[in-house]
Amino acid sequence: MSTAAFSQKSFTEQLKKYYTFYTGGFFIFLVGIAALEFMGVPNKILGYLFLLATIGLYAGIGIMSRTTDLSEYYVAGRRVPAVFNGMATGADWMSAASFIGMAGGLYLQGYDGLAFIMGWTGGYVLVALFLAPYLRKFGQFTIPDFLGERYGGNIVRTIGVFAAILASFVYVVAQIYGVGLITARFTGLEFGIGVFVGLLGILVCSFLGGMRAVTWTQVAQYIILIIAYMIPVVMLSYKHTGVPVPQAVYGTVLAKVTEREKELLADPKEIEVRGIFRERAAALDAQIKGLPGSWETGRADLAKKVSDLKGSNAPAEAVAAAEKALAGYPASADAARTAWTAARNANTARAAPPRPHATPFPGATEEARDTARLNFLALVFCLMVGTAALPHILMRYYTTPSVKEARRSVFWSLFFIFLLYFTAPALAVLAKFDIYTLLVGDSFADLPAWVAAWSKVDPKLLSVVDINKDGIVQLAEITLGQDVIVLATPEIVGLPYVISGLVAAGGLAAALSTADGLLLTIANALSHDVYYKMVNPNASTQRRLVMAKALLLVVAIIAAYVTSLNPGDILFLVGAAFSLAASAFFPALVLGVFWKRANKAGAIAGMLTGLAVCMFYQLTTYPFFTAMTGYKMDLWFGIAPISAGIFGMPAGMLMLIVVSLLTAPPGRSVQEMVENVRYPVLGNEAKQGA
Amino acid sequence: MQLTQRHEEYWSRNLRITAILLAIWFVVTFVVSYFARELNEIVVFGFPLGFYMGAQGALIVYVVIIGYYAWYMNRLDKEYGVAEGDDE
Repeated sequence: MSTAAFSQKSFTEQLKKYYTFYTGGFFIFLVGIAALEFMGVPNKILGYLFLLATIGLYAGIGIMSRTTDLSEYYVAGRRVPAVFNGMATGADWMSAASFIGMAGGLYLQGYDGLAFIMGWTGGYVLVALFLAPYLRKFGQFTIPDFLGERYGGNIVRTIGVFAAILASFVYVVAQIYGVGLITARFTGLEFGIGVFVGLLGILVCSFLGGMRAVTWTQVAQYIILIIAYMIPVVMLSYKHTGVPVPQAVYGTVLAKVTEREKELLADPKEIEVRGIFRERAAALDAQIKGLPGSWETGRADLAKKVSDLKGSNAPAEAVAAAEKALAGYPASADAARTAWTAARNANTARAAPPRPHATPFPGATEEARDTARLNFLALVFCLMVGTAALPHILMRYYTTPSVKEARRSVFWSLFFIFLLYFTAPALAVLAKFDIYTLLVGDSFADLPAWVAAWSKVDPKLLSVVDINKDGIVQLAEITLGQDVIVLATPEIVGLPYVISGLVAAGGLAAALSTADGLLLTIANALSHDVYYKMVNPNASTQRRLVMAKALLLVVAIIAAYVTSLNPGDILFLVGAAFSLAASAFFPALVLGVFWKRANKAGAIAGMLTGLAVCMFYQLTTYPFFTAMTGYKMDLWFGIAPISAGIFGMPAGMLMLIVVSLLTAPPGRSVQEMVENVRYPVLGNEAKQGA
Repeated sequence: MQLTQRHEEYWSRNLRITAILLAIWFVVTFVVSYFARELNEIVVFGFPLGFYMGAQGALIVYVVIIGYYAWYMNRLDKEYGVAEGDDE
């Protein structure tokens, strides 16, 4: 045992050395890029350099980690030290949504956005207490493996595979979308091409070396993403408070923001602008009520205006503008209803006073506030339980050398995730302070450069329009997409372009690392659980590896294809994945360890019930689906469709318990397996080897 | 193999610490959030307490819970002789 212990120790030492060199090298690279910028190399070239250098780096690690060993391919040889597994889990966990979207979401939603901060960290408590050590002791390759072994037979395994693929696929589409978006915005490539460039970046990490390659690139990606996140926030904090520790000092800034919110609420100019939006919303409302007649008169008016202008020899620009308005007019009364309703809702939203940042669950009535609170708690619950049931995260705890290291590894995972999530609320408040005090009240004649730059990239990200024509920016005149906060912070602080490039590279690292973990989960479920365990149990090692790699390629291409179709709301996709995983897996996994009486029939009934309830609720309440099917159900207790897991998980758990009790208890061998999982070492059993 | 009384005791101590930590997790997450509006009346270092707990306080507690559990269980393993070989 001592030689193995010695080699594990020297392995850890070596890793520390490598990654220290790597981090140092990365800083030197940054200095180099900064020097190039100083010498006047154009930003676009710097952007390509960042993209090529980071993806090249990941590819290098991927190639160095190539393997033909099954245990290396599936679980990185089970010798990843706790700290490094923690970093890899952190990168695996934090997606494009966390890195780019989170702070902006907090900016827009204030306290209510904290559901994501709490949900995506508190879930690790459940991972630590209920799952990680036991799964590590079980020590196989995938999550359906555990279910198949614990409950016996292929039915449970098949449901597990189905749920794992469903949840991971929904999630991976969201990641590849993020990769495509960053690549496109950063290099000027088209979105579709960006998706496939990103796909290449994902495949170079995982194709040759499976879990082993993914693990070591994820550690590298974590280092880049955390550096990229911290530098701009620290600078922003220094700018506004003089203290470079944003997490500790933003309380005073928050107090100033709250003060400023009160001023803006009562400011006559702000009230004027909000009034204009309210009038616009009312006018649109009248038009909608007048359909279909209003559509016809509207079109006739525009047509008349075009011919009048032409007849009166008006300047060409005026005619062109009128013609453009006519061409853009909704094609039918139905199209007009959709377009006008959207426009009315947008105007109504902008007529609302600013949302107080620190106030939980704001609402017009007591009832609205209670519903907001209920939804907050339900969302936190779903995100937490979902965290403790997502296969790509749980799989990571198969890769540590021992149960003890698995427990430590959950601690390090949360610690590394915590570093970013602890900072995001500070960034949101600091950015808000900057915009509320420096941008609001500015004159339109000299807007800061970053405002012009980002509104040119995409008006949905940022647009500032002088609604009441007073030449001064009012808060109500600013619209802001959530991604812009993180992306624009370097420019808000006035940092050089190299930092903007760094932030984009960080976002890319976050999206790539998550996509890697997810794709591997899907491909492994197919190659290990379906092919090896069910179709061809006599397959040779080599054949299994060929299968695993081929399937990885196929899944990646399908995922990229689906992404290039541009399917709707990313946040909903991610939320849906959490609810699905929570409903399908959590009861069967946890009761599988903690309740010996849980049996096969119970697991099948519980998993199917959980999935069915969760999917039923999403399909019958989420607008995207109800528009497709034409059937719409009232919300239960006002719970939003993203939190469907709050019904699915308990229903699944209840069903598992009831059906288990109604059928025969599991056999002696299953009981023994559960006992075995509960103790790191049981009696005189052979020590679980590496 | 047949479980000894020591094994049963190890498992029940594990269950106890799991239940205690889970209760802390529940209070910090759901009870504190439920009363976030009321807690916001209290201000600490410029932070309204309800907001602070959601943004930072709860996160710190989560990290501590997991760290404590790992420390406690690794010690318990040794005490009950179910620890793995020394792999440090």
